[in-house]
Amino acid sequence: MEGNPITHLAAIDYAIMAVYFAAVLGVGFALKRVMRTSTDFFLAGKSLPAWVTGLAFISANLGAQEVIGMGASGAKYGIATSHFYWIGAVPAMLFVGLFMMPFYYGSRARSVPEYLKLRFDEKTRTLNAVSFAVMTIFSSGISMYAMGKLFNLLLGWSFNTSVLASAAIVLAYVTLGGLTSAIYNEVLQFFLIVFGFAPLVGLGLKSVGGWDGLTAKLNAASVANGLPEGAYTHAWQGMTHASTNPIGVEWFGLVMGLGFVLSFGYWCTDFLVVQRAMAADSMTAARRTPLIAAFPKMIFPFLVILPGMIALALTSGQGAAGMIPAKMANGQPLIDAAGRTVLDFDLATPMMLVKLFPSGMLGLGLTALLASFMSGMAGNVTAFNTVWTYDIYQSHIKPGATDQHYLWMGRVATVGGILLSVAAAYVAGSFNNIMDLLQLVFAFVNAPLFATFALGMFWKRTTGHGAFWGLLSGTVGAALHHGLTLPVGAVAGVKGGYFGLLHTYPSELAQTFWTAIVAWTTCFVVSIVVSLVTQPRPDSELTGLVYSLTPKPKDTDVPVLQRPASLALIVIVLIVGLNLVFR
Amino acid sequence: MSSMEGLDIRAPIGGLFSLLGLMLAGYGMVAGSRTTSDIAPVTNVNLWWGLVMLLFGIFMLVLSRRAMSKPG
Repeated sequence: MEGNPITHLAAIDYAIMAVYFAAVLGVGFALKRVMRTSTDFFLAGKSLPAWVTGLAFISANLGAQEVIGMGASGAKYGIATSHFYWIGAVPAMLFVGLFMMPFYYGSRARSVPEYLKLRFDEKTRTLNAVSFAVMTIFSSGISMYAMGKLFNLLLGWSFNTSVLASAAIVLAYVTLGGLTSAIYNEVLQFFLIVFGFAPLVGLGLKSVGGWDGLTAKLNAASVANGLPEGAYTHAWQGMTHASTNPIGVEWFGLVMGLGFVLSFGYWCTDFLVVQRAMAADSMTAARRTPLIAAFPKMIFPFLVILPGMIALALTSGQGAAGMIPAKMANGQPLIDAAGRTVLDFDLATPMMLVKLFPSGMLGLGLTALLASFMSGMAGNVTAFNTVWTYDIYQSHIKPGATDQHYLWMGRVATVGGILLSVAAAYVAGSFNNIMDLLQLVFAFVNAPLFATFALGMFWKRTTGHGAFWGLLSGTVGAALHHGLTLPVGAVAGVKGGYFGLLHTYPSELAQTFWTAIVAWTTCFVVSIVVSLVTQPRPDSELTGLVYSLTPKPKDTDVPVLQRPASLALIVIVLIVGLNLVFR
Repeated sequence: MSSMEGLDIRAPIGGLFSLLGLMLAGYGMVAGSRTTSDIAPVTNVNLWWGLVMLLFGIFMLVLSRRAMSKPG
């Protein structure tokens, strides 16, 4: 990781970073005295207003993968990347707020795995808790590794310093102020990212000649890449067939795989985001949390995808002077089979920051980037310490201890979680393939989850055995499907095909989406079959856990326009409008 | 436990953005308009964006101050 950094920072840039870090730590210290019980620490005392939990809900998800990855996808796929938001997030966020939050917030569950314990049984909870805990550690490690590498490349900072310093800051503010501190800092980070990236889009558009200039340049780029004109600036045009859109997926795989299975599996069952809503001060506020979050989620494509699209417009046809540098292999730019230079898309957004922002704004933009890395890390760590303490430690290792003991354990788990994440970051650095492999396994574990939760919440006949075996067979189904297929042009290995080759997909995303569809369907069918031959729990034990046995929540404590159903309606109208405008 | 016991998050947000806005705007006034590369437009983005952030910071401070003076 040696070499000359791409840019240098001025004193003003360092000053901006320092002010931000001081604010983050200040919030942690200010909250220390409020952390009296384990509920304060793990669930923010169930005391936060909906706008705070809503912004944290979105910010916890706004990790490195989001800002860097979506910029990269913007440069790769164009405006079609917005499917990850408009189809792949917002509908699921509406669903979890309207229909699922009553069971998470209303039951005695303190975590998502604990809901599974109340609804099904201990083995289903433990399966979910252990896989989730492992996943949070590695996600946070991967995020740290990406950050260390990026800041080394951009600024020449030492990898060790970046990783250890950011870990120390997250450790300090989470240990001091628990979930409240993580959530408050996520709200700070939300505004910082908005203020850091909005001017980047403004300056970027100005330098490509506005929206019209961008469209013209991207039309030329799409033709040069063998796609129909307008492929980068229309989200739906060309979706009838995989070969006429840059994502390489047909609409059914997109809507079912991304829009249904993957999106609902993440937003409706992942404790990392659900935990934010569970910290809200009332049932109505908890239900409004994902709905309020849906508003910024809808407009984020303009903040994180547009920089990537602008970078592509400033790269295509520019040769080596382009914005996005070529991917290097052994000191030479990489060339694909068609003779085109392979671009390092992950550098699209960082290069935009470096090339468009003068000193001062550059400090702000890079601070926003650091903030997004740290919010991702803190989100994972707070979810980990809760699941570890409640679902693993309290239920298997030391039940029946005092609340003070679990509060202490939460702080210990925070330290442990961060140490493990740092270790994972170094593992990621030395064995890149292991990380690809792990992410693959996580995908197999996560894909079937929504089938289990949907059946559990909406079909009272579902049994614990059904849920457990459904989850396991869904994961096996995913692995089988992945092992029997390959994206076009890939060789058998981590990309699939390790059990043989039955089908070739037009792109890696198409394969991912169909793997998810197979996993979900397997889990759904197996859960139903096993449930029908096993003994269901009596209705009296399922009140508050299943839709048909739970009183419908009333939202009369807030004005009509602010009620969950009204918010959802507004979001639906806006999302349809956005899809029509960018069709 | 009442909402926001201990700390109203709007206060630190207001303080942070006011300070960052002042720093950027001040730096912009001293450094003036400049461009960073041949593609970047020549603007004093530090000055005008610093002022936008300052306004946002003050707005947040006003909100938190009003919430403090009004119980509940």
